[in-house]
This record gives sequence, C-alpha cells and structure tokens, in this order.
Amino acid sequence: MTVVEIRIELKKGVADPEGSNTRKTLESLGFEGVASVKTVKVFEVDIDAPADRAAEMGEEMCRRLLANPVIQNYKVTVR
Amino acid sequence: MRAEDVRVCVLRMEGTNCEDEMALAFEMVGAKAEKVHIKQLSGSAPAAMRRDLEDYDILAFPGGFSAGDYIRAGAIFAARLKSQVGPQLRAFVEAEKPVLGICNGFQILVELGLLPAMDDAMSPVPTAALYNNDSGRFECRPSLLRCDSRGKCVFARDIPNGKVLTIPSAHAEGKLMSMDPDFVAELEDNDQIVFRYVAPEGDAVYPWNPNGSPSDIAGICNPAGNVMGMMPHPERVLTRFTHPDWTRGYDSEEGDGLAVFRSVMDHLIG
Repeated sequence: MTVVEIRIELKKGVADPEGSNTRKTLESLGFEGVASVKTVKVFEVDIDAPADRAAEMGEEMCRRLLANPVIQNYKVTVR
Repeated sequence: MRAEDVRVCVLRMEGTNCEDEMALAFEMVGAKAEKVHIKQLSGSAPAAMRRDLEDYDILAFPGGFSAGDYIRAGAIFAARLKSQVGPQLRAFVEAEKPVLGICNGFQILVELGLLPAMDDAMSPVPTAALYNNDSGRFECRPSLLRCDSRGKCVFARDIPNGKVLTIPSAHAEGKLMSMDPDFVAELEDNDQIVFRYVAPEGDAVYPWNPNGSPSDIAGICNPAGNVMGMMPHPERVLTRFTHPDWTRGYDSEEGDGLAVFRSVMDHLIG
C-alpha cells in the first residue's frame, strides 16, 4: 500500500479568514511575534499501487476534485 | 411549447435544502417540476426510479450544503454529476436548454466548469471560484440586485435592464474569483453579468455587497445565455408575503423573485 499525502493550500493573495482569525486569537492568548497563520488541508490517501502510479493518481485527484486552480495550489508527496 | 409541457428537473442530493422552494417557483409559473435525486440519473437506480436528463427542458440546482460543503462548496456534487452523466450534461447545455443554479447551485455550476465557460461550454477544470466572503462569515440579509443583463440571459429576459429587485442572500462563499485579471471586463463585454449588488444610495459597500465580489457581481450567465448562476435566493421571494417590506408599502402582488422563473418560461413558450 502506498501512502500519498496531498497538501492543498491557498494561493498567495487569497484571503484566509480562518488563518487570520486564529492569529488574532493566539495574540490575545499572549503569544508574541506570531506574524501569520495559514490554514492548509492535508488528505492522506492509501492507494493499492506502486509509488509512481500512486503519485500520478494523486495529481489527477487534485485536478478532478481536491483543488480549484483559481484559489489553491497542491502538492503530492509519496510517503 | 405550452407551459404545462415544460418539464423541470430540480436536482438534489444529500445536503441540498432549497429544492421545495425551487420546484414551487417553477410550478407557480406553470411548469411541471420534479425533484430528482442525483442517484436517479445514474444507471444503478432501480428501473422505476430512473430518470434521463434529456427528458427535461430545464435543469435547476437548488441551494443548500450539498455533501456538507466538504472539500469546497459544490465540489462533490459537481464531481459526482460529471462522472455519472458528464456527456449528457454537456449535450443539455449545448442544446441551449436553460440551466439555473442558486447559491450552492451557483457554486456547483462553477465547479462543473459550466460558468463562466468563456472558452468551452463545460471546461474540464473550474475557471472561476466562489470563495469565502471577505467578512469571513456567513452573510444572511436582504440584498438589492440590479439587473444588468442587456438581453442575453434567458433568466432575465423579462426583467428590464436597471431594475432593482430585493432578494435575500444567505451564503458564506460568494466571492467570485478568477485567475484572469481581465475577467470582469470580459464578462461585461460578453453580456454575462446578469445581476449586481447595489445600495439604496451610492456604492454597494459592505454589507450591500455581502461577499466582496469584484464589480459587485451577484449573478452571471454563460456566453450563450442559457446557464445562469446567482448567489441570492429569488425562490425565497415568490409571493409578496416573503418580501422584507411587505407590511411597509411594498405594493406588488407577487414577490420580486418570480420574475426570474417567468422569464425563462416566456423564453421557452415564446
């Protein structure tokens, strides 16, 4: 079984209200120097295929469902 | 075609919740509306439950939270539909049959690649996104919508250009985004901007524009004018009694939203 980690993050310049809200709250808890907080989404997919094929499938999954190229970048890593 | 011959497919799945109002809206303008579950379009449904997209004249995507808004709002509905009946859906759109998406329905149309569809009737990947409101919150209040369609969109055929309607908004992800910096100008040139948020006076600053959409865009259509998506909910103002000002001098017998549904019926009936 190949474990594929798919990381979906917002493109630069796309607002991240959850991240900025979290940053403010961390500040209010007394954490100093928190310059920014980003939220990312990680999917861990177990695929019954060799690593190279699994990585290809991960890319295809991003294109067809997991990422919207207008707002998100993705990165597929085989573990 | 007579009004009673117009068959509407109100497509629902787990998590849609505006299908009753959507079906009622089409019934009120004389059509025959049927609430169809997405599973009924796939070959795996029992024979008696099976429905074919091509038997319908209008396809409507209601609002709600399809598939719990998992991944992105509308993404799972779009992926399931594309995998089950992608070619039939493309044929439906290319035959210029009307397709309407409201709120989550608009998000589904964008994820399907049916809007803005500037280069292809159904693009393989989305070419726009409906992203989180600038406020970071769910925005729920009446909006003022000005009809900016210059005649292309079949869902605004009977609404005079410049007319302002009061229609409720209720969404968390309604900010229209694109990678193309000239996006808004292209939409404008193609007569694809159907509705814009306006304020009673002056610019449509928040909360009149509830989500931060560029150029205050609330609803767009495809270049052919037969597919329209909008964030606010016309199907929630079908009678005067659900207009926010109905006790304060609103003098029309019908609600502002009905005009959207009447327009497409007039387009089909001729």
